[in-house]
Amino acid sequence: MKKSVLLGTFAAVGVMAGAASAGTLDDVIANDVLKCGVSTGQAGFAAPDENGRWEGFDVAVCRAVAAAVLGDQDKVQYVPLSSKVRFTALSSGEIDMLSRATTWTLSRDADLGFTFLGVNYYDGQGFMVRKDLGVGSATELDGATICITTGTTTELNLADYFRSNGMSYEPVPIETSAEARGQYLSGACDVYTTDASALAAQRATFENGDEHMVLPEIISKEPLGPLVREGDEPWGDVVRWTLNAMIAAEELGINRGNLEELAKGTNNPEVNRFMGTEGNIGEMLGLEANWAVNVIAAVGNYGEAFEEHIGEETAIGLSRGLNAQWTQGGLMYSPPFR
Amino acid sequence: MAMADQPAGKSFRLSMLLYDTRYRSITIQVIMMLAFIASLVWLLDNMYTNLAKADKDPDFAFLSSSAGYDINQRLIEYSSQSTHARAWLVGLLNTLLVAFLGCILATVLGVSIGVMRLSKNWIVSRLMTVYVEAFRNVPVLLWIVFAMAIFIEEFPQPREFRGEDAAAAMYFWDSLALTNRGWYIPRPVFNDGSMVVVATFILAFIGTIFFGKWAKVRQETTGVILPTGWIKLAIVAVPTLVVFAFFSFTNGSREYSVVTTALAEGAELSTIDKPKVCVVSDTAQSVVLQELLRATGNKVKVAEFDTEAEARTAYQSGECNTIGVAMADLGSVEGVAATTYTHGNAILLEQPYLDGFNFKGGVHLRNSLIALWLALSLYTAAFIAEAVRAGIMAINKGQSEAAAALGLRQKRVMNLVVLPQALRVIIPPLISQYLNITKNSSLALAVGYMDVTGTLGGITLNQTGRALECILLLMITYLAISLTISTVMNLYNNSVKLKER
Repeated sequence: MKKSVLLGTFAAVGVMAGAASAGTLDDVIANDVLKCGVSTGQAGFAAPDENGRWEGFDVAVCRAVAAAVLGDQDKVQYVPLSSKVRFTALSSGEIDMLSRATTWTLSRDADLGFTFLGVNYYDGQGFMVRKDLGVGSATELDGATICITTGTTTELNLADYFRSNGMSYEPVPIETSAEARGQYLSGACDVYTTDASALAAQRATFENGDEHMVLPEIISKEPLGPLVREGDEPWGDVVRWTLNAMIAAEELGINRGNLEELAKGTNNPEVNRFMGTEGNIGEMLGLEANWAVNVIAAVGNYGEAFEEHIGEETAIGLSRGLNAQWTQGGLMYSPPFR
Repeated sequence: MAMADQPAGKSFRLSMLLYDTRYRSITIQVIMMLAFIASLVWLLDNMYTNLAKADKDPDFAFLSSSAGYDINQRLIEYSSQSTHARAWLVGLLNTLLVAFLGCILATVLGVSIGVMRLSKNWIVSRLMTVYVEAFRNVPVLLWIVFAMAIFIEEFPQPREFRGEDAAAAMYFWDSLALTNRGWYIPRPVFNDGSMVVVATFILAFIGTIFFGKWAKVRQETTGVILPTGWIKLAIVAVPTLVVFAFFSFTNGSREYSVVTTALAEGAELSTIDKPKVCVVSDTAQSVVLQELLRATGNKVKVAEFDTEAEARTAYQSGECNTIGVAMADLGSVEGVAATTYTHGNAILLEQPYLDGFNFKGGVHLRNSLIALWLALSLYTAAFIAEAVRAGIMAINKGQSEAAAALGLRQKRVMNLVVLPQALRVIIPPLISQYLNITKNSSLALAVGYMDVTGTLGGITLNQTGRALECILLLMITYLAISLTISTVMNLYNNSVKLKER
């Protein structure tokens, strides 16, 4: 009796282990929900709105993938993660993908066992200070107390920057952007440093945003993008091409407004392949033929998502800059859909 | 009788392992042990297989690579170029520091509150009840965050200390600054002769122990009680103060002169223009000189060097415009000799001063340390108070009544009769409270205190991605600290426990 219970337990463990090792794409389809890791709250990039619905530029990538795979952008379970626990959550399988302003670096790609699938925002590390501090450049920050999010590349960039400039500083390690905001606004630190886009997002939420300024120096390259576990190529392809679909749609002039009309068929073969009316790119990815249509219907093309969440018309007020299409002098460039 | 039940010479049979009570318990234990080892092997094998699958073999080589990040509170030398192992050590020392401070404060508070809770004064005992219930019924993490919030919101920023009519002021003759970045307190600087002062102090302290033993023997043979407290104080204080005064006097007779090129001949020192001073780092003479220059109300720039000769060369090359020179050497240095000053006391205090963004000089107690320390101590003190109360109440009332009947006063009844017996009851729960403080200190990251969980288990783990290795090392670290504490405390417990003959 006891023996059989024990064997049963082992068998159950074996079955569970077997299930976990199947492809993530099959898991997502079987569970009918995408588990997406996002930040714990960053205005414009990932934050719940007043109805508790997650919105933002990083969230749009989650929604796009859900729309591509499950046909419904709301079939997403958002897992808010601090920068400290995000990698553990991904490698342990707690989430299917991470879209959380994560910098693509060699060591993370090669050593941590993740695959980065592209860049949805080209960023760099900046410094924010109060205007009345009278500081005009990062080189005047010798001896300053600096709030920094722990467990990020910014921590290492900061150490390098101050060392190479022969300056000293007092780091105050912080776990979440809400804590950083509290410490910075009460003057417990002189400077707040993180990705420039996040600084702009933070400043937008300050009561007196114009009393603060972002210093001109950008001290690092921070290409931010979604990532998945290494060794699951079919799933990686789905997320990669979903992001590319958003970027390519802007280049091809496909947007929410003309989507229905273009889906009926056009003279442009690349648009037709994109829409699934020609060729079988959906099948190659293991998705429905109209997957890309679902993506654009859900979140719009890259430019639309950008303007909606973080663009110049929003409180965040970021300009396209490096994130414009390659045809507009930016770095956004999707490989061809064929 | 028992012998008669066992037929002599009967051979051992295998079934006896199960049916003979002499062997059965051993059999069960062996089986349990095998099962335990088997499950352990299964778990480890599972871990290795899964790690190999994920292409992440356990590897501790990352410990010897450069950490790349900075740590604010360093008790030992550390820079971003140091190794991850060094960062681990820095974190470990920070953990030990806050645990040590926490244990002391929690014990002091806990014992006083526990005794006061038994007070006959109604208000005092009720207040202590409120304290205990309030602190032990709210999670310690909330107390830590709450304490930090108070420090950040209520204390002034360093820049509020600036200017003629500053919004904030320092305390105790400008020696203590309470800011929302922490407390800045004076730092002792050890001057010539300070080692003799310290040695005298230690010797005198050892002397008090011998004196205490002698006084006890004398009391037991003659019955005369000496005021040992006052005598011990005198034994420590008098020789130390005499030695301190002697060296302060000899240092005081060594005079120096401020030599500067930034001042016109015969002008007042306060008119000095943008003083930049070359000093030998970490010496009393440099502290005295800097304070002298800062007292003029000027902003003083400081360049630090390892030796007197290097500082002199830098001055002569024009790197700085002011330097301190011994009277005898005065002729060999160019510049105007402005004011004289002396070598300073045997041990002197370097006071914190506002410079740039922050206070400099003195010792910086970060508010993360203070918040964590206070919250842990106040929280644990509530538990210790209960242990103390339990220990005292465990002593039969007849004991103190009997002692009082012998004519002992209230204080002596407590010290000689109640507490020695109560300690037996108090120490074991006290050990686990000390362990709790040490383990709860791992909540430090909530306030950005860089303990071992913050360095090895936080930033190192994140930057290297070696989660399993870091957590394993972290667990071993805490296990080692806890076992050490409980071993030491158990030794103490053995020394106070009831001696039975």
